Amino acid sequence: MAEPLLQTRDLSMHFGGVKAVRNVNFTLAEGELRCLIGPNGAGKSTFFKMLTGQLQPSLGQVLFRGHDISKAHAHEIARLGIGIKTQVPSVFDGLSVRENIWLAASRIHNRHRVNAVVDEMLERIGLTSAANRLVGQLAHGQRQWVELGIVLSTDPDLILLDEPAAGMTHEEVNKTAELVREINRSKALIVVEHDMQFIRMIAKQVTVFNQGSVLVEDSVENILRNPLVRDVYLGKQAAA
Amino acid sequence: MNARTLNILGLGLVGIVGIAFLILTPRFAELDTVLELTVYMIMAVLSLSLALIWGYGGILCFGQSAFFGLGAYTYAIAMFNIGESTVPFLLAIALPAAFAALLGYFVFYGRISDVYLGVITLTVTLILFNSINSTAGPEFHIGAARLGGFNGIPGIPALNYPGNKAAAVDLEGMFYLSTAALLVTYFGLRLLLASRFGRIIVGIRENERRAELLGYDPRAYKLVTFTIGGALAGFAGCLFANWGNFVSPTIFGLAQSAQIIIWVIVGGRGTLIGPIIGCIGIQWLTTALGANQPSGSDWWTKLLANAPFIFGVILIAFVLLVPKGLVPTFGDFGQWLLRARTRRVAAASLEPKQAEEG
Ligand SMILES: Nc1ncnc2c1ncn2[C@@H]1O[C@H](COP(=O)(O)OP(=O)(O)OP(=O)(O)O)[C@@H](O)[C@H]1O
Ligand SMILES: [Mg+2]
Repeated sequence: MAEPLLQTRDLSMHFGGVKAVRNVNFTLAEGELRCLIGPNGAGKSTFFKMLTGQLQPSLGQVLFRGHDISKAHAHEIARLGIGIKTQVPSVFDGLSVRENIWLAASRIHNRHRVNAVVDEMLERIGLTSAANRLVGQLAHGQRQWVELGIVLSTDPDLILLDEPAAGMTHEEVNKTAELVREINRSKALIVVEHDMQFIRMIAKQVTVFNQGSVLVEDSVENILRNPLVRDVYLGKQAAA
Repeated sequence: MNARTLNILGLGLVGIVGIAFLILTPRFAELDTVLELTVYMIMAVLSLSLALIWGYGGILCFGQSAFFGLGAYTYAIAMFNIGESTVPFLLAIALPAAFAALLGYFVFYGRISDVYLGVITLTVTLILFNSINSTAGPEFHIGAARLGGFNGIPGIPALNYPGNKAAAVDLEGMFYLSTAALLVTYFGLRLLLASRFGRIIVGIRENERRAELLGYDPRAYKLVTFTIGGALAGFAGCLFANWGNFVSPTIFGLAQSAQIIIWVIVGGRGTLIGPIIGCIGIQWLTTALGANQPSGSDWWTKLLANAPFIFGVILIAFVLLVPKGLVPTFGDFGQWLLRARTRRVAAASLEPKQAEEG
């Protein structure tokens, strides 16, 4: 079997007595699109933070193309090719849309190419006409798009999206699903989302987190039929 | 008018006003006025050093005077030992820069939080104040330079033209040099801030975590910014030691440190021209207050002549009423006027239509 793009071994995060993530063994192949679901507080965002160096794991390892990145700095991991859209949009609120994209694009492009790349990305996220507006003044949905644009502009091989459709209108959700599928033609993604409609539109393989551990991992059809998954979402204690 | 043309117009205006000021002042002003203006220019360079690291880099340094003082003392000490000013001048920039780099390395790479950086820099400047203050005896000397303790070091030899020890810079020359230094610093920083590096440090100020997640190492960018700030403050310190041919430990004192912060708050963070205006305005006010000794003995005339009291009031008024500082607030007001005009134009163009409908 080919080497996986991402692999975690017994990955755990403890906050004092709270075991937010425990012993997660997770594998993602090159080019794969995986959905990660689970009830509130299941540990999804904490898992993402460990993958991106925002939190140092209490135990276990993260391997990216075979390199152990569990102790690496966030900026080093970003340079290896992991990009993240965080749950609370993390953008440069005091700067213009164009400057936001420029800051991302100029990490990998030289100054002769960067402006053309920025224009292309503005077009792609549909914000060309808002290019000179301050991001802090945009609607929530548009800020989400800016963040997507930022993440895509650094051209990562693995993209983590933490609730990308939250706070979007129905139309924007459809557009996001389309974009995710388009990105997946060349990149691997892990997408955290509560919106089952959205999951159905994009997912093939789904991993379910509950109380910090992996509950099940299966195809989207099977997950939606699985009574165990239904139970944890309804707040019942999983029998297993 | 778009932002870009406004920007270029602004730069042109600063350049023209600056050069006119440089050329015309010594022709029309008395020598003591020229002397006074010289120190304003020097302090404005100092204000720019904090404008860069705090206003753009987001690094709040309560002890910028540490680097200013180090620059002044380094120049003085080196000058007494060397005699020709080229090396002392360079040392007065390099030593504070190296000190800033060392301090910044421990703070930024040690992941010490921003609040502590303020405390640490303030402590460092007070330590320098106390150390130098207690070196009054003749046993405290570095080579031929006596440190002089609280008495300071008098009679510091002036800068000379590079390589020519005999050609010392006179008072008028100091004015030209200081004003040119301010202009070069201002335009140099504008260039720096328009560069990739400058844009990235602003991004880090806006959202450090995001910058990190994009692959920028904030520690390295902050360290470089802080070091440039230290170098600039040292440069200003060197000019200051030349201006009065004198330096004393008060240069490291609390009052001096606080002043720099007040200049930047009053003028406005996130601009360069703001801190220059804040710096010159407040120094002018200090001089004016000092010259107007109270004629009456009423409590309120005394209060009005009490400079620290007035500064306290100004600072509180700004923090509460004009928190962004003068220049950004003027900018907002200008934009509001422009928008109001656009609205009026738009409304006027709508009127005939409404008339037709009615
Ligand atoms: N910095 C922290 N300190 C202490 N506890 C934390 C911290 N971050 C997260 N937690 C706890 O860890 C658990 C998992 O949180 P996490 O944010 O990862 O959940 P999530 O699956 O992303 O939930 P949601 O769907 O609501 O976003 C929660 O119980 C949370 O309270
Ligand atoms: Mg979450």
